[in-house]
Amino acid sequence: MKLYCLSNDPNKPCHILTFKEITIMLDCGLSMQSVLNFLPLSFVASNKLLNLPFWTPQNVSEPELEGELRENCDRVFIDSPPEFCPPLDKLIDFAQVDIILISNYLCMMALPFITEGTGFQGRIYATEPTLQIGRLLLEELVLNIEQCPKANFANQWKNFVHKLPYPLSDSFKPKSWKRIYNMSNVNASLSRIQMVGYNEKLDVYGALQVIPASSGYCLGSSNWVISSDHEKIVYLSGSSTLTTHPKPMDHHALKNADVLIMTDLTQTPISNPDGMLGVLCVVVGLTLRGGGNVLIPCYPTGVVYDLFECLSVKMQELGVSNCPMFFISPVADMSLAYSNILAEWLSSVKQNKVYVPDEPFPHGLLVKNSKLKHFKHIYSEGFSTDFQEPCVVFCGHPSCRFGDVVQFIELWGNNPRNCIVFTEPDFDYIDALAPYQPLQMKVAHCAIDTSLNFTQANKLIKDLKPSTLVVPECYTVPPVSAPNLTELVIENNPDRTLIPYKWGEVINLPLKRKQAQVFVEREIAQKIVPVEIKPGISLSSLTGTLKVKDNVHNMESLEKIKDPNYQANIQYEWGSLNVTEFLQKLSQDGITDAKVEPSGSGVMIHLQDEDALIQIEENCTHVLCNSDEKLRMRLRNMLMHCLKKF
Amino acid sequence: MPEIKITPLGAGQDVGRSCILLSMGGKNIMLDCGMHMGYNDERRFPDFSFICPEGPITPYIDCVIISHFHLDHCGALPYMSEMVGYSGPIYMTHPTKAIAPILLEDMRKVSVERKGDQNFFTSQMIKECMKKVIAVTLHQSVMVDNDLEIKAYYAGHVLGAAMFWIRVGSQSVVYTGDYNMTPDRHLGAAWIDKCRPDLLISESTYATTIRDSKRCRERDFLKKVHECIDRGGKVLIPVFALGRAQELCILLETYWERMNLKAPVYFAVGLTEKANNYYKMFITWTNQKIRKTFVQRNMFDFKHIKPFDRQYIDNPGPMVVFATPGMLHAGLSLHIFKKWSSNESNMVILPGFCVQGTVGHKILNGARKIEFEGRQIIEVKMSVEYMSFSAHADAKGIMQLIQYCEPRNVMLVHGEPAKMEFLKGKIKQEFNLECFNPANGETCVINTPVRIPIDVSLPLLKAEAKKFSALPSESKRQRVLHGVLLMKDNSTCLMDVDEACKEAGITRHVIRFTSTVHVNDPGPAMATAHKLHLLIKDRLPMWSVTFTDGSISLESVLVKVEGDDEEQKSVFVSWTNQDEGLGSYILGLLNSMSN
Repeated sequence: MKLYCLSNDPNKPCHILTFKEITIMLDCGLSMQSVLNFLPLSFVASNKLLNLPFWTPQNVSEPELEGELRENCDRVFIDSPPEFCPPLDKLIDFAQVDIILISNYLCMMALPFITEGTGFQGRIYATEPTLQIGRLLLEELVLNIEQCPKANFANQWKNFVHKLPYPLSDSFKPKSWKRIYNMSNVNASLSRIQMVGYNEKLDVYGALQVIPASSGYCLGSSNWVISSDHEKIVYLSGSSTLTTHPKPMDHHALKNADVLIMTDLTQTPISNPDGMLGVLCVVVGLTLRGGGNVLIPCYPTGVVYDLFECLSVKMQELGVSNCPMFFISPVADMSLAYSNILAEWLSSVKQNKVYVPDEPFPHGLLVKNSKLKHFKHIYSEGFSTDFQEPCVVFCGHPSCRFGDVVQFIELWGNNPRNCIVFTEPDFDYIDALAPYQPLQMKVAHCAIDTSLNFTQANKLIKDLKPSTLVVPECYTVPPVSAPNLTELVIENNPDRTLIPYKWGEVINLPLKRKQAQVFVEREIAQKIVPVEIKPGISLSSLTGTLKVKDNVHNMESLEKIKDPNYQANIQYEWGSLNVTEFLQKLSQDGITDAKVEPSGSGVMIHLQDEDALIQIEENCTHVLCNSDEKLRMRLRNMLMHCLKKF
Repeated sequence: MPEIKITPLGAGQDVGRSCILLSMGGKNIMLDCGMHMGYNDERRFPDFSFICPEGPITPYIDCVIISHFHLDHCGALPYMSEMVGYSGPIYMTHPTKAIAPILLEDMRKVSVERKGDQNFFTSQMIKECMKKVIAVTLHQSVMVDNDLEIKAYYAGHVLGAAMFWIRVGSQSVVYTGDYNMTPDRHLGAAWIDKCRPDLLISESTYATTIRDSKRCRERDFLKKVHECIDRGGKVLIPVFALGRAQELCILLETYWERMNLKAPVYFAVGLTEKANNYYKMFITWTNQKIRKTFVQRNMFDFKHIKPFDRQYIDNPGPMVVFATPGMLHAGLSLHIFKKWSSNESNMVILPGFCVQGTVGHKILNGARKIEFEGRQIIEVKMSVEYMSFSAHADAKGIMQLIQYCEPRNVMLVHGEPAKMEFLKGKIKQEFNLECFNPANGETCVINTPVRIPIDVSLPLLKAEAKKFSALPSESKRQRVLHGVLLMKDNSTCLMDVDEACKEAGITRHVIRFTSTVHVNDPGPAMATAHKLHLLIKDRLPMWSVTFTDGSISLESVLVKVEGDDEEQKSVFVSWTNQDEGLGSYILGLLNSMSN
């Protein structure tokens, strides 16, 4: 069994697991850190961005590099449509992938890169919310980028990475970066997904069984249990033990695995989500009361559902409920609608509402009461009439490189009464805002990440008791942001093997298959005659025809075979032969001329009249004779009488 | 032989009161718990005394599974759980869990408050009963206990309807409940994978219909409504809050849209908006088309259908009104009926079954004069229509389902005996499957093959695979697995004999025989050996015979030729005791040559 690591971002994982000749891709995350190196895409010409000075490295007079890079506040950006770093394609041919398992909608953004134009023919498994909401995220990404076409496509800078300033100089594999896929790739890729339910047993070519188990992280998020007759591998991706809107995490299914692969732990190991939510509410309250606007760059799904619910209550308490919340995304309407029809994937509190019947989330009501207004874009019909300040705006993208957030930063950036609040943990907020500097608006960082922190992860591991634990290498050392906090690691423990891995590595997992399973027909089972060899240990020989279909082994009665040379009831002799007893048997049978001579470590019995030799040793007996079958059969019977059999 | 026992308490050669007892592998499962709408006495509920003559049935039933919310499938549930006594788990899908209690409450009101039934369950009992319900999601594998597993499949029919696959050990059964195999206006088609159950228990309502006539019935319905509207008449459709009401609303809504009709359609159902909300929230259970377009337009947000107000009753001109309750026994629907019945251009359409004693039942049986309390007599001049809109699989659909899941046996329930016989014949003829249709209270026993899973050591399997692939490809010989079963500390594993001896801590004693045959064959020994090789290969074509360095071997049998250039050659045949059959056969072969 092997594990290939194709992504350098443990929060946007992509692995390949090979086991029993099946190739499984575990998640298909797309690292988007690369986009921070690009200038924001604005669909109204932005004077500020257009007038940034060009930048060229010293001592380079490459004319082709001209116009590719611009500078702002000592940072250099690429003036080009953003590019993304897809999973590594050098280690494995994607045409050979049999199945792809998607854990949650945030771990599937690279799917079109893997499945389209690569010869991929396998199946993709994901839950219904993962597919439906994942589709919204993919569509939003494509639409946000496509609505701001750029004339030039910068490529030359990749040849001078070593001469570029930090952080561009640190770019991860820039030559492998790709432009975003298009909508037809998205549709083609998603049409390959087969929807699955929690605890649905999926058969993979008869060789493996795959089961998704609720992971509690977001709507439809799952962990995966991959098992054969005797082996159990658990793949744990984005999981949460906190109580938010999704169905709680299912621990039970993950217990006692031979191998536990654990990834996608929290990106905010130091802060706790509840505290952050509290800060957020305070910031929103203060800003609105001071007449300022709040801008929240976010994904169009996930924690925002909780934020709508929580903020509407808080704003009421703080007396600013007359300020509206705007939710702007090309998929805002879809996101709100879907979240309210996926009751079966929600926490029991939310689920029970549909039995009343009430909508599980209050945002339907908030929309009805005009507390929450949603638009596809800021230029959508009706937005300018409905828009009123001060307000709270939720819009994408959290990287601040595309989407309507770009316009809002331009609009509100110069007013210190406004505030931008970062709630998504995926991007560093300083990097996200770098191209817009200098800014007057306040900046608050309240990243809310509900996925497992190190304390929760270590506790979970203790509970799940895996034999082998496989984690990204970065989880075995304290985080870069807090090198002194040595408790922020996955603990090593003598009870289990800990195997770290990193990008581009192929590691052998210590899972040696020793046993498989066969199904035995009743007729055969009835013939089993256990012989007790020692107290508690019995043996019985067993023979049958073997039928293998879809990797399932069945054993049927041998009687159906016509060939008489088959022996259905083979027995084995064991132990040593008592020579005296054998000689007695010989003489009882009328053979009295046996001459016994020592030979090697045993004895040799010579039957002169019969012209036969019997060589007896501790563990074997050899009968040599001419073609007299009667004699041989007599000797055989006597020998078998003197030996123990099973 | 292990067996599966099935006893229908209802729906055996009958429609209504579905309740089937299933026993296998020591587990007892109740499939559906319906009531019979045609009876007023104790026959309306299944005869639970069959399970145990007195007292609660909890000790005898491991779980109850409800296929969908129609009352002939869940109507007896509170009676069974709260009055007979059952505290075990009850499984149903989420939409069924949401909608069933409302229909139960509606029915309870009719029975108790209108008909004055005694010994009926109370509202509180419905609530208590629903607390025992565990909601399941499609395809989710649910372990009821360590041995009993169930899984739901989409059945179409009504919102949330499911077929259930039930497994104990190696035995399995599929129970369809009611299903339809063609997608309809708001639901998708039933689907199941090749799960190869030992038994498929299928409904057979339309066992003799070749094409589901639902479309025709719908057309008929729309035509009648349209004609009535055209002549300026008013149409009353008495319905219950959930289920058919929504189906008919979709039907009329799309028809009104298509035909550009202007006559108003009103919805005056007890829960009105709330009822449709159930459908809105469980939109994932509807068909592909509705699911795809629900954000732009939720199918259950009706454009042409408006809420009703009592003062509209006397409005002039045509209109269509949906009103509760469905059997015209009380409330608004009865009130409207009284107002409109005397006008012959008006019409009442009853889309569901009406129990005895209700006005609905009377007019369906042709009563043209209805007497009410206080000697009030109403003459029925309006036209009266009855239409059933349930979606069921037709004969073709049932055959299709059999093809999908490949059962070993089929059982037909929920149908009329004569129609069942016809379908039974067809199933036997087409699939060569055993087909049963027990009557209520009749127990059916089905034998199932056993497959016992045992562990096998991987080296043994791999050695066999290697040996098999080494066989001549033209040989159609069956694969043979041979090994020794080691039984130790509750574990059983099949392995190679040497491995087993090692594990057991004993040493084998190998007996080998070597016999010499003298054969007259001039020429070099190698040539003789070659001839023998060909002979053995010819006689034992199904075995893998190898020839190296002048010796022939197959399995443990070894044949060697000695005596260079002499006329007479000594041929040694040697084998271990385990290959006695093969060794002695070859020896015999050589002996016959030398003679």
